[in-house]
Amino acid sequence: MKPEEIQKIAETEHDLRMSYKYRINVCCSSGCLPFGAQKLLKAFEDTIKELGLERVCKVARTGCVGTCSVAPVVLIDPGNHLYQNVKPEDAKKIVQEHIINGQVLEEYLYKNEAYFSKQYRLILRNAGKIDPLRIEDYIAVGGYSALAKALTQMTPEQIIYEISLSGLRGRGGAGFSTGQKWNFVAKSTAKPKYIVANLDEGDPGVFANRTLAEADPHAIIEGMTIAAYAVGAEKGFIYIRAEYPLAIQTLKKAIEQAKSYGLLGNNILGSTLNFDIELRLGAGAFVAGEETAILSSIEGLRATPRPRPPYPAVSGLWGKPTLINNVETLANVPLIILNGGTWFSKLGTPKCTGTKCFSLTGKVKNPGLIEVPMGITLKEIVYEIGGGVPDGKKFKAVLVGGPSGGCLPESMLSLPIDYESLTQAGAIMGSGGIVVIDDESCIVDTARFFIDFCMDESCGKCIPCRAGLPKVREILDRIMLGEGKVEDLKVLEELCYLIKDASLCGLGQTAPNPVLTTLNYFKQEYLAHIVEKSCPAKKCILKKVEVVKE
Amino acid sequence: MSERIVKLIIDGKEIFAKPTDTILKAAIDNGIQIPTLCYLEGLTPHGGCRLCVVEVKGNPKLMTSCTTPVSNNMEIITNSPKLIKYRKQIIELLLAERIHTCSVCIANGSCELQELASKFGVDHTNVSRNWERFELDMSHERFVLDHNRCILCTRCIRVCDEIEGVHTLDIKRRGKDSMIIVDLDEPWSASYSCTSCGKCSAVCPVGAIYVKGKPLSETKRKELPKFITERRRR
Amino acid sequence: MTTSATSLDKRLILVDKTIAVHGNRRDALLEILHTAHNVYGFLDKKILLHISEKLRIPPSQVYGVATFYNYFKLKKPGSHSVTFCLGTACYVKGVEEILSALEKEFNVKRGETSSDGKLSLFVTRCVGACAMAPNVIVDDEMIGKATKEVVLERIRKILESERVEA
Repeated sequence: MKPEEIQKIAETEHDLRMSYKYRINVCCSSGCLPFGAQKLLKAFEDTIKELGLERVCKVARTGCVGTCSVAPVVLIDPGNHLYQNVKPEDAKKIVQEHIINGQVLEEYLYKNEAYFSKQYRLILRNAGKIDPLRIEDYIAVGGYSALAKALTQMTPEQIIYEISLSGLRGRGGAGFSTGQKWNFVAKSTAKPKYIVANLDEGDPGVFANRTLAEADPHAIIEGMTIAAYAVGAEKGFIYIRAEYPLAIQTLKKAIEQAKSYGLLGNNILGSTLNFDIELRLGAGAFVAGEETAILSSIEGLRATPRPRPPYPAVSGLWGKPTLINNVETLANVPLIILNGGTWFSKLGTPKCTGTKCFSLTGKVKNPGLIEVPMGITLKEIVYEIGGGVPDGKKFKAVLVGGPSGGCLPESMLSLPIDYESLTQAGAIMGSGGIVVIDDESCIVDTARFFIDFCMDESCGKCIPCRAGLPKVREILDRIMLGEGKVEDLKVLEELCYLIKDASLCGLGQTAPNPVLTTLNYFKQEYLAHIVEKSCPAKKCILKKVEVVKE
Repeated sequence: MSERIVKLIIDGKEIFAKPTDTILKAAIDNGIQIPTLCYLEGLTPHGGCRLCVVEVKGNPKLMTSCTTPVSNNMEIITNSPKLIKYRKQIIELLLAERIHTCSVCIANGSCELQELASKFGVDHTNVSRNWERFELDMSHERFVLDHNRCILCTRCIRVCDEIEGVHTLDIKRRGKDSMIIVDLDEPWSASYSCTSCGKCSAVCPVGAIYVKGKPLSETKRKELPKFITERRRR
Repeated sequence: MTTSATSLDKRLILVDKTIAVHGNRRDALLEILHTAHNVYGFLDKKILLHISEKLRIPPSQVYGVATFYNYFKLKKPGSHSVTFCLGTACYVKGVEEILSALEKEFNVKRGETSSDGKLSLFVTRCVGACAMAPNVIVDDEMIGKATKEVVLERIRKILESERVEA
C-alpha cells in the first residue's frame, strides 16, 4: 500500500459515512457487554432492516463512551445524543421516534452536561464513534495519516524532536519525558531493538487502557509503528492482561487488519520500515506492569524486576535496546505528528502537557472513564464531572493513583492534576485511578486494603517489600481490632520509609503511600482507633478482622 | 569498552576503578566495606537483599552497589546514618520473617545473618516475629532443606543454575509466600535433575541448606573457587 | 467427570500445536501455559513436566513461573465457580460482604473448592467494570451492582437445577 491509497480509503470511507443521515453507535465494550449490549446491537440492526432504513441509518458496534454506570448506552449522531440504560425492546421506539420522526426521546437521554463539558477527549476522541473492528473506520477519521506523514515527510530525528517539543510524558505513572526516552533508544547502537507497549493495567479500579484498546486499537498500533520508525525497532510487543479478553480480541483483529493493509510487516507504506507486532498475555501479576518486570514476563520468566542500570533503553528484552511505553502515551503520538509538538505543548500545563484518562469510581454519582486536560483540579473531577457523593453522604477522601497512590482529604481538592503536585501531596499519577470514598469508609481499613493488595502482588525479590509489607499490615490489623498502641504509629511510619526508600522497584517504592498519606492527613482516625477504641466510620473493632495466616 | 580508569569518591576517599567495575567491587578493592547478603562473587548479582544500597550524589534513589557500575566523578556514601538504620531494619525484618533461633541452628557461629545482626547491634526486633513452621525436607540422603531458616537470597538457585548448570532449584509462588522448590516442588530425594553436588549447601549464608551431620563451619564456602567463576557462562 | 483417552490426547495436541507455533521458543512459556490452562482448566504436574521437556526449560523454572502468576490454577476447580472482584471500587462498594456471606452459606473459603467439588470461590483483582461495582462473576456471567441476595439466589438456583437433573 502507498500513502496515497490511505488517503483514498479515507475519502471513500468518509463519503460512505456521510451518506447516512443517522449513525447509531452501540457501545460494545467491557462495561456494556455484560449488560446486554450484544442483544441491543442486534435489536437495532434488526429494526433498521425491518423498516428498510439501511441506507438512512448506520448501526455501528463501537467502543466505550465513558458513562459506564448507565450501561448499556447508545450514542446517536448527528447531535451526540446519548441514550442510557437502553434495553433491546426499546430499540423500536427509539428508531421510530428519533430516526423516523426526528424526535429525541428525552426520557432515555443521559442528562449530565458537566460530565462531558469539563472533559477534553483527545485520546478517546474516537471512542464510541468508530467501529474498532474496522480499520476503515479508523482510516476514515484520519487514522494512519500520521504514519504516512512520518514515513514520507519526516526523519526519525524530526519525529523525536517533535515528541520532545510536545512535552509528552509517560502516562504509565512515573511521567518520564517520552522524547528523552525515545532518544536514548534511538542512540543505542545494538541491534535488534524492541518496543514494548505496556497494557498491563493491573491497578484495581483502573480501566483506561482497556477502554482505549477496545475502542481505538489502531491508535496504539499507529503510535507504536511511528515509534518503531523513530527509534529503529523491528519488533514490538503489546503486553496485555489476560483478564481483558475483549481488548485482546480487538487488538488481535486490529493487528491482522493492519498486516493485511501493509501497515505492519515489511516495507510499510513503501518505505524501508519493517515492523511487526506480537501480543503477549500477562497472567495476573500486578508487578509485571513494572518497566523491568514486564521484560522478564515477555521473556517467559517470573515477573521480577531487575535493578537499573542497565536501563531498558540500553539493555532490555534479551539484552537489546528496548523502548517501553504505556499504550496511552503511544496513542498520543499520531496526534503530535499530525498537529506538531508545539500544538500539543499548549494543552494542559507548561510542565505537564496534554490530557490524561482517569477511571473515576467509588462513591460518586457519575462513575466512568474520563479524559481531562492536565492541570484540572481534583475538585472539578470529583464534584463537577463526578457529580459529588451520592445519597446525601459526606465526602471523606479521594484515592489518587491506584493501590500505591495517596489518600487525599477535602482540603487538598484544589490540587491541580500534574505529576509534580500529586507527588508532592504524597500521591502519584499512577495509571490514573481516582476512587472517592465517603464517611462510611474507614481510613485505616482503606489503607489496609491497599497494603493488602501490594503485599499480595509483591514479587518477593527484595526484602523491604516482601518482609516489610506483611508487618505494616499486621500493625494496621492490630489498630483495627482496637489493640493498637500509640507507639505503633512510629514503627509503622519507620517501616513505611524503609519500604519506600530501599525497595527495588516502583511497586515497593510507592506501596507505603496510602499509609503515609493517611497518617499525614487522617491521623485523628488512627488515634480514634488506638486511644478511644472507636472507629469514626463504625466499621472496625466491632467487626472481627480476619487475620490471614499463611 | 575502553580500558581507561575512572576516578570516584567513596566516603570521602578518592579511588580509581575500571569503568566495568561495580561500586561494590571498587569499594572492596580499596578496603571499604559494604555489607552484603545475597551477593556472592562469581554469581550474577541479584540486588534483592538491599543491604548494599548506597547513596550516590545527584541521584534521589538508593542504588545497590552490587549492580551499579562506577562512573567518572561519582560521589558515593556507604555509611550514612540513614543507610545504617535501613540496614538494621532489613536485618530485623529478616529475623522476624521466619524462625531464626540461633541456639538450635546448625549455622550458629558461621551464619552470615547472625554475623550481620551482631555487627549492626540488632539485639531485638521492633516488629513481631513469625513462628509459623514449615516442614523440613530431609528426604535427601546427604542434604537438608529447612525453609524455616531460608532468607530467599537465591544464592542456591543461582549456583545450581549458573555453576552446576542443572537448575534443580527455583522459587515457587511470590511475595511473602515465596519458597525454594526442588524440580516440580517435589521431595529432594525424588529429584531427577539434582546431581547432589552440594554447592547449594556450600553457598547458603544461613542454615537453610546444609549437609547432614556435619557442622556448617566445615562445609561452608564464602567464596567460589576463582577458576569456576571464570568459566561460568555470561 | 471422566475424560476419555482420546480427548486427553486432543488437548495435548492443542498444547503441542501452540509450542510448535512459537517454534519451541522458551520465551513463549507463558503463552503455552495459557493454552494448557485453557484446554485443561488447570495446570497439573504432568502437563508442566511435558512443557518443561518440550521447551527444554528446567522443571523447577516452569513450576516457578506457573505459580508466580495468579491467573493459573494448579488445582482442579469445582464444576461451578464464583469469582469476586476485589478491586478498589468493588471493595469500597462492599463486595467483601457478599463474599463472606457466600463463604458462610456454602461452607467454602475463598480460593478453595467445596468438598463435593461443586463450587469454587475465587477472588480476582479488578475485572475492569468498576463503574458497575461491585462485580461478581458466576460461571461466565457477570453480575454488576451485585447484592448478597442476587448472588446467593443465582447460585442456589444453579446448584438446585443440577440436583434436579441428577
